Amino acid sequence: MSEPISALNGARIEGIAVIEELGLQGMITLRGDHSDKGLVKAATGATGQKMPGQRQALVEGESGLCWMSPDELLVLVPYTEVDAKLVEMQKALGSSHARAVNVSDARAVFRVSGPNAREVLAKMAPVDLSPEGFKPGDFRRTRLAQVAAAFWMEEDGAFRIVCFRSVAGYVFNLLQIAAQPGSDVGAF
Amino acid sequence: MLILHCPYCGVDAEETELHAGGEAHVKRFGPGSDDDQFHDYLFMRENPKGVHFERWQHANGCGKWFHVARCTATLEVFGTYPAQTTEPPQEIRDAITAKRPGWTWREFS
Repeated sequence: MSEPISALNGARIEGIAVIEELGLQGMITLRGDHSDKGLVKAATGATGQKMPGQRQALVEGESGLCWMSPDELLVLVPYTEVDAKLVEMQKALGSSHARAVNVSDARAVFRVSGPNAREVLAKMAPVDLSPEGFKPGDFRRTRLAQVAAAFWMEEDGAFRIVCFRSVAGYVFNLLQIAAQPGSDVGAF
Repeated sequence: MLILHCPYCGVDAEETELHAGGEAHVKRFGPGSDDDQFHDYLFMRENPKGVHFERWQHANGCGKWFHVARCTATLEVFGTYPAQTTEPPQEIRDAITAKRPGWTWREFS
């Protein structure tokens, strides 16, 4: 079988912030009632994280849970473990009315870091990214210019962005332009 | 620019994150109804200058549909509420009455 590679093969660029395309990340979309016992067991068991609250991301390294909507979770696991985790989760779900699907290869992941990371994202998303409005652990589904995306803030103030793989090139170009040297606005 | 509060994910989303879905609380007339009822269901929509009820989808967000009570003349938003209802909840009606006494919209007031 051919070697899986990420959308932009680890592209990296530096401007007023550092933009990196991260490698392969295992992602499982889990839809169902967040209070359902089977679903909770499947989600927490696969990642070792608690259930996230509204618009919260609980991520450590390559494992974590993100709140996508009142009936959807994004389960992050290491890429090589996706299939095994999926089997585990199906078992935990049992007869619960829920669905877990591997979407790892449909997505691309970026990291935006540096002191101007907030500003770079604020140029493209209609989101309050002020330090009071968006804190580490906050998760938001929104748009980046013209495409759907989701991002959350890590403890060190960097952002992790998830978008569809088909628009990875567009998102990378966007981020690159938003992070052009000398383009800082000083809003935050 | 409209800013609507999504009752599902709690975000104050601006218009570009949303998708308009037309009039709210349209009562469906399907099999068994007569032609006039079906005609009205398909084609007759309110077009008020003032209080209006609409459906909106948080398309670039949680993806959920919700209802909005707003004024078409001033763009003032009276409130948003989840879509699992066939009529505006009492607190939304009260909020509208406080600002537009004597309002009516279809059979609601």
